[in-house]
Amino acid sequence: MTGGAVERIAVASDQDVVRVRQLVRTVAVAVKLSLVDQTKLVTAASELARNTLVYGGGGTVEVTRVENGRRSGIRIVFADDGPGIPDLDLALTDGYTTGGGLGLGLSGARRLVDEFDIDTAVGRGTTISVTKWCR
Amino acid sequence: MERVPVLKIGDILLVSIQIDMEDQVTLQLQEDLADRIVATGCHGVIIDISALDIVDSFVGRTLATIASISRVLDAETVVVGMRPAVAITLVELGLSLPGIRTALNVDLGMELLAAGRAENGETEADDTDEPAVTTP
Repeated sequence: MTGGAVERIAVASDQDVVRVRQLVRTVAVAVKLSLVDQTKLVTAASELARNTLVYGGGGTVEVTRVENGRRSGIRIVFADDGPGIPDLDLALTDGYTTGGGLGLGLSGARRLVDEFDIDTAVGRGTTISVTKWCR
Repeated sequence: MERVPVLKIGDILLVSIQIDMEDQVTLQLQEDLADRIVATGCHGVIIDISALDIVDSFVGRTLATIASISRVLDAETVVVGMRPAVAITLVELGLSLPGIRTALNVDLGMELLAAGRAENGETEADDTDEPAVTTP
């Protein structure tokens, strides 16, 4: 898998979450994801960017166009230096929340993308990488 | 901060969301609507989301909360104009918006509200306190 230009947004406020959505939408259109896949990816990005802000205390989002030979896609990496996730299995369970939300952000976002990797440790922060490929 | 306008049309409050809302704007809309329902005594709320290209769990939850608040304040909420891709994504996300009434467009939303009022046996065309017409 090879990557193209990386665009980065610092996430420190509600407004930055909106900027992440807009950037992801722009790149998703450029990569020619289908309308449903654009919608899924932008929604997943919105959930994860909000998590970066609310649970991670802010961080960065990087959006990259990627190729794997025959298909193009988008990879988005959400990184924070927050408290980390103590029980990942629990955090990935539908309906589990510590923040007063619906508990669908993490588990729901995972269903909306093709690849989902999470690296987290208590006190070290959380990095989540998602990829969506053109069909 | 931007604000989503709430329009009063007859007995209905109409909200058409035309911007990509920050979370704070979403919460402000929730408050504004509750205030306007009480101030106007409207019995119906229509929220048009046809311009939204995504509805994430935050916006979805807020729509559900608005519907609950409205009901407590004696108003019914109908969410109208959801795009097909948004519906597909919402369900996959795990959010099927239970408790929210939906219609395909504003017209059908208004019909739904009118039908609901009629069903409740409320002939509140009298609501306007028109003087009874008496013929000699």
